[in-house]
Amino acid sequence: MINKRNFNLLAVLLLAGTMVLSSCKKDEEETPAPTPTPDTYSQEDQMGRPAINTVFVTSADKDDFNMTIPSEMGAEYQSKFETQLLALNAGYTTNLLGFDAPTFTGALASDVLTVATSGPTTFYDGTNVLTGRALTDDVITVELILIFGGPDSTANPGLTDDNVSSNDKNFLGDFPYLATPH
Amino acid sequence: MITKKKIVAACTLCALAIGIVWAADHIDAPDVASTTSDITDYYAFQSPSDNDRMVFVANVQGLLSPSASATAAFDEQVMVEFNIDNSGDLVEDLVIQAFVENGVVKIYGPVAPTSTGMSSIKEESGFMVDADVTAYGESAIIGNANNVQVFAGPRDDPFFMDFAQYGEIIAGNATSFNNPGSDTFAGTNVMSIVVEVPKSMLGSAATLNTWVESKRKN
Repeated sequence: MINKRNFNLLAVLLLAGTMVLSSCKKDEEETPAPTPTPDTYSQEDQMGRPAINTVFVTSADKDDFNMTIPSEMGAEYQSKFETQLLALNAGYTTNLLGFDAPTFTGALASDVLTVATSGPTTFYDGTNVLTGRALTDDVITVELILIFGGPDSTANPGLTDDNVSSNDKNFLGDFPYLATPH
Repeated sequence: MITKKKIVAACTLCALAIGIVWAADHIDAPDVASTTSDITDYYAFQSPSDNDRMVFVANVQGLLSPSASATAAFDEQVMVEFNIDNSGDLVEDLVIQAFVENGVVKIYGPVAPTSTGMSSIKEESGFMVDADVTAYGESAIIGNANNVQVFAGPRDDPFFMDFAQYGEIIAGNATSFNNPGSDTFAGTNVMSIVVEVPKSMLGSAATLNTWVESKRKN
């Protein structure tokens, strides 16, 4: 299912994304609100990839992470994510992507979901990697492999798959795609 | 006889009862845990029925039991905003805003936001489509206008994970997952907002950086 070749591709994509992002940061000023002043809405929660705040952010920082704009996440959180990664897996060396701890956590700290505008969109489907997130994607197993599986995904075999691989209801073929409620 | 499976089931129920379950982004942080602005999950994918269209899903208010789902409602003070960076700088170039007003979900965007970051205003010029919020047990009400579709209402939580066992591992009470695992989110619902737009509305980048936010009216 999850093989090394595809993870190498993922590694390239993640690194490319990181380099692009660090090279074209720019300042964006908030423009003053027009008159009459419309209602303003202030941020309370945010999410990009699944389980990032849950797994990589310590209790003390969870609220702050939700209030950090993505363009500032890398600088603020990479080293904290690295500490947390090593707390989860003290034996971490590299993962199936070939990423050492600083590289892996650098890619994760900017918590956005990358989405391809052509072709299949999936977290990982055996061929395509990080081109979106589909309803059927087993995102947790992918993340467990990257955290615990070591360079060839065979380390810590009891920790690399939660053995829940699909939803409890079938998804719909047509809009709105999500299953009816229980 | 007490089997391992029963123990796991019991742990799951305990975790649900005392509210320590958080996973994809369910109950991720103290300030939003179990509030009406708590995002549980975010999905973005090409429409299964049309390769020229993109679907964005935001779920809030996780772990709703069927009975709780019958009375659950969107908080009309909370706006859900999909953020789309199509220039590679991790700053949103486009937003899709979802407001619920008097039981009607209204979609604004994709539209360039007046300001980026933590504070937003309704982007009035970007109005696209609205629809009644679908009630629990009702057939899905789908809004379709300006080539944009919207749905809002209770749905099965599409997330799946043996979160209870993950918690046991993290707590040092277990050393591995079970096989088979037990889906902690089975049988629970969320409040969903689903928006589908033509890809042509999202710019020309090959890859988008995207994320979702919940924002409360001041």
